[in-house]
Amino acid sequence: MTISVQDPSAFYRALCRIRSFEETVLENFPKGVFFGTTHTYIGQEANAVGVLAHCQPQDIVFSNHRCHGHFLAYGGDPHALFAELMGKSTGVCGGRGGSQHLQWKNFYSNGIQGGITPVATGMALAERLQGHSPVVFTFIGDGTLGEGALYESLNLASLWHAPVLFVLENNRIAQTTPVDIAVAGNMAARFSAFGIPAQELDSSDVLEIYPLAGKLVDEVRETQTPRALILHTCRFGPHSKGDDTRSEEAIERMKTQRDPLHLQAARVNDEQSIQIRSEISAEIAAAFQAALADPFPVIHAVAGSSI
Amino acid sequence: MTTVLESLNHALHTAMQADPGVYLLGEDLLDPYGGAFKVARGLSTAFPDRVLTSPISEAGLVGLASGMALRGLRPVVEIMFGDFLTLSADQLINHAAKFRWMYNDRVRVPLVVRTPMGGRRGYGPTHSQSLEKHFLGTPGLRVLAPCDLGDPGLLLRQAILEDDPVLFIENKLLYLCRIPSGKDLADLELTTLNPDSAAAPGLDAQTYAPAYTLRMRGAPPARLTLVAYGYMAHLARQAMVQLAYENEIFTELVILTQLAPFTIQPVLDSVQQTGRVLAIEEGSLSMGWGAEIVARVAAALGPRLLASQRLAALDSAIPASGPLEAETLPDTAAIIQAAKKMV
Repeated sequence: MTISVQDPSAFYRALCRIRSFEETVLENFPKGVFFGTTHTYIGQEANAVGVLAHCQPQDIVFSNHRCHGHFLAYGGDPHALFAELMGKSTGVCGGRGGSQHLQWKNFYSNGIQGGITPVATGMALAERLQGHSPVVFTFIGDGTLGEGALYESLNLASLWHAPVLFVLENNRIAQTTPVDIAVAGNMAARFSAFGIPAQELDSSDVLEIYPLAGKLVDEVRETQTPRALILHTCRFGPHSKGDDTRSEEAIERMKTQRDPLHLQAARVNDEQSIQIRSEISAEIAAAFQAALADPFPVIHAVAGSSI
Repeated sequence: MTTVLESLNHALHTAMQADPGVYLLGEDLLDPYGGAFKVARGLSTAFPDRVLTSPISEAGLVGLASGMALRGLRPVVEIMFGDFLTLSADQLINHAAKFRWMYNDRVRVPLVVRTPMGGRRGYGPTHSQSLEKHFLGTPGLRVLAPCDLGDPGLLLRQAILEDDPVLFIENKLLYLCRIPSGKDLADLELTTLNPDSAAAPGLDAQTYAPAYTLRMRGAPPARLTLVAYGYMAHLARQAMVQLAYENEIFTELVILTQLAPFTIQPVLDSVQQTGRVLAIEEGSLSMGWGAEIVARVAAALGPRLLASQRLAALDSAIPASGPLEAETLPDTAAIIQAAKKMV
């Protein structure tokens, strides 16, 4: 969803929509309205909003298990996403996929760490070979750095000129495992070793993320070769639900210093920000209630299984 | 006479000629080498832009091809040895086979992964296996195995035309088998069971993959049904002729070319007459394809099934040493021996 930097309220609105959605998810999970589990994006909203503000209609997004923020920033419908989490027929994938497995327009997500990266690379290659000039945004995390398929993808993307922007969101913890005991060496060097230019930013400010992402997106689009953007970020919530092993003090410190909503709210006047929060809150509440009222799907034959 | 290898090679040429969206990806594909088993020979010369010789990255390659398939192309991936398919298992099971269903039928994945399986060449434990059983029963993944009857190349071309992922199991010794003419099969009566030979590409539940039934021409009623696929079907055909001429044991041979998902009907049609079934495979015995065949026949026929057995490789790694390997893998003599015990 293309957003202009000229309008700080548009960014604020996009950030608030993700936050409000995710808070509604966590608040209602204990009530048993959702199936399975979830991975919320609270604290990382500026990444999705700042990066995907550059996404054009022909572009492709491939996301991971923590995909709600990417989906909403791409322009996805909160009602369809709630419905998907609730396993309803009106869900993004009719209730088949759940929280981690979404597909809508040119947006895809899958729950296997690293496994998405060769697929995204192949999509980018196919688009280029067919004469299109897309950017394929591929979101990975610090946890993905442990997967071998990622490095095969980087090699292939570089060798075969696949127009991929690898966006590495380093939230410094993979489930409960902090990066310092899981990731050796240098993150950017992992990309540059394959000849993929990489840029790093340690910020939760959408107005810092947006221009750097824009520069890399333009480079991918113009050269049809891969780039990497490493965003050092903060995950305020648990990996999924109630599985946060970090100290409350550490989380509070992050929330005080690195909240992308607070940073952007300062650029919008008080009256406007109150109004935006109120509108978003009503939009998300309505989406949630509508999804609750939606019907469950009925199972139908799986293609190919009957023979 | 055409060999299976020539038929498959010709099919790739034809498919790439017919559709500019067909790409071939794999290791060491470029001419003059043309792939480890030469199925890709000539393709990089004829279609230099569409044969992508790759680094040694089976997972990356199958994933990349899935992505290409999701975005409008028809990639064919060659995995050099079937043993290396395990490296791409995640991509096949959690990605390619899942996408269509998990994304509510809004996407298709017209991907073919071809690979040679099988032993008897002394390649030892990691280059001789028949690992297809680990992929059978994966929802969303069609598994095909050509044999040396009919038109193996046509089966491959149909797989390439299909809009869903296909794992295409070739066999190293089958490559050099010549496809017999009607005259070669003069002693045999061949019935081709083709559920939907005119299937349009992408037809969901239909299959274009034929099954074959062989009987001894003019023989008394058969008392045993042999079921096999791939190279074992070639060996079973030899066994069937020997059993008839040397032992006066008459059998029917049912050959399947679609291993999963599959219909047991062609096997049932035969076993209903013979009362006995012997499932023959080159993969290791336990938890295998033969177990599924026997289970489905038993479930359908109940007490009308007089006898059922499986013949397969020993539950062991495959040794490099010739005599040891020969003891590990089932051959024509083993089929004859197993059949004799059953009638």
